[in-house]
Amino acid sequence: MCLWVILPNGKSLDKMGKEKIMQAVFLGAACASIILVALICYCILAQGLPAVYQIGISDFFTGVKWRPSNDVYGILPMILGSVYVTAGALCIGVPIGILTAVFLARFCPAKLYSILKPSVELLAGIPSVVYGFFGLMVLVPFVRDSIGGTGNSLLTAALLLGIMILPTTITVTEAALRAVPQSYYEGALALGADHVRSVFYIVVPAARNGILAAIILGIGRAVGETMAVMMVAGNQARMPQGLLEGGRTLTTNIVIEMGYAVDMHRDALLATAAVLFIFILLINLSFTYFKEKAVNNG
Amino acid sequence: MVSFYKKYGCKPCSILLMVAVWLASCLTILSLSFLLVYVLAQGLPYIDTNILDIKYTTQNLSLIPALVNTILMVVLALGLATPLGIFAAIYLVEYAKNRNMIVNVVGVTADTLAGIPSIIYGLFGMLFFVSFLKMGFSLLAGSCTVGIMILPLIIRTTEEALRSVPISYREGSYGLGAGKLRTIFVVVLPAAVPGILAGIILSIGRIVGESAALLYTAGTVAALPENIFSSVRTLAVHMYVLASEGLHMEQAAATAVVLLVIVLFINQAAIRLAGKLMKGNQNG
Repeated sequence: MCLWVILPNGKSLDKMGKEKIMQAVFLGAACASIILVALICYCILAQGLPAVYQIGISDFFTGVKWRPSNDVYGILPMILGSVYVTAGALCIGVPIGILTAVFLARFCPAKLYSILKPSVELLAGIPSVVYGFFGLMVLVPFVRDSIGGTGNSLLTAALLLGIMILPTTITVTEAALRAVPQSYYEGALALGADHVRSVFYIVVPAARNGILAAIILGIGRAVGETMAVMMVAGNQARMPQGLLEGGRTLTTNIVIEMGYAVDMHRDALLATAAVLFIFILLINLSFTYFKEKAVNNG
Repeated sequence: MVSFYKKYGCKPCSILLMVAVWLASCLTILSLSFLLVYVLAQGLPYIDTNILDIKYTTQNLSLIPALVNTILMVVLALGLATPLGIFAAIYLVEYAKNRNMIVNVVGVTADTLAGIPSIIYGLFGMLFFVSFLKMGFSLLAGSCTVGIMILPLIIRTTEEALRSVPISYREGSYGLGAGKLRTIFVVVLPAAVPGILAGIILSIGRIVGESAALLYTAGTVAALPENIFSSVRTLAVHMYVLASEGLHMEQAAATAVVLLVIVLFINQAAIRLAGKLMKGNQNG
């Protein structure tokens, strides 16, 4: 079935055609991810934002009450819930994560490293429902018995998220630390600084952009986490009353009520998703910015 | 002792920092091992013949249908995302001129896709696949959604694997008279297989562990599907439903063990393969 026409440049038309067709197929596949991002943006934003106008921008963003049965939709409690939980998770996860990364990159004996590194990768692979289950069975009783409250609280969610963002923070920070030229470290040693000082005063500051990128990635994970938070946070849709009280985040608000929401209520949930989506896009943008900066000036 | 001081310093500040570093690492490793041991200890006693029954009833709460659904979901999602992801990576590495518009834009969009939380994917799947394309809560809608979710992972790992194939392979192939297409499929792709496989295995791990994106796309019916338009629940969703009902914690724990074992096994396989690829490149 081959069409053996020899072109002036010595190639057969059939072969040229096949090459061209496949190149177009590859190009199409490459454009698929662009189309998909556009489609996701369109679906979430186009369905969500009109509801924001309908509810009223200030009512929606600064309203302190979420009462779908009375058609009152204010998502400030959820925004604050997300902010509190994420901030708490960062307070726990970032210091431990960065110090562990420093340990892995600069202090760890080779033998220990071959155990620690795979363990951190394991931590990254555990599904969020399993984390949620662990939180429900261990952290909730722990917080209830040793700190107070019912246990289903913002603090518990922050603790759990703090553990969950560890692997991301550790992996990205470690890569950033390893990218710092060895000569920086050696220069510090030659000037009389000891190992610890050289690492903490020279290597760590030199890797600051990479570390910032790691923290931002951690924020993204904490803001976007749904199932694990839902299982431990209590989920009351009201203004956060304190760390030991229950609260609700943007993500859990969507997943809890989407199952039975109709009409305006459903649109308000989609608007919540649109807000979450915009947050995430901003976080992604700043992550890309710091990552590029880290690549460009070390 | 003297060498220890020389290496780690004897100033209080240095000692403090070093203690902090060790402490943090211990905390990380302790929380991981505690989590693993706890889930295993809770769940292992409850893995019995009841829970491994072929049919789900409210008496035995079997996880077998969910396990089968998970496998089907993985196969379908990979069937959709793997060709797309690999072809996209081929375009980026083999065809696009260095650093042109498309490479940059695809790179940014792939990063964006990778950063979108799974609940947003779930909503998108619900709006687009379930409602707009009228697939309903189904295996198909679920696998399309998670297929999009793993796309960036496959593009990125394949891209890396293709870039790590030495340029001399391609030149050798051209030198022997092969065309571009033949060079890619016969020479470059086989050399990149371990890296690509590692990416695919990692994506399997993500699909198996996914719950938020599937809740409103694949639904929660705990039975074997009749066709691809049947609503199904995967293992992770199954576990979530059991744990959130609060009545069947033992079975939830048993499911957690199965889930954990599968995911850990999969991740280990991916890490081994990636290591093999690195070694292969050093030797070659």
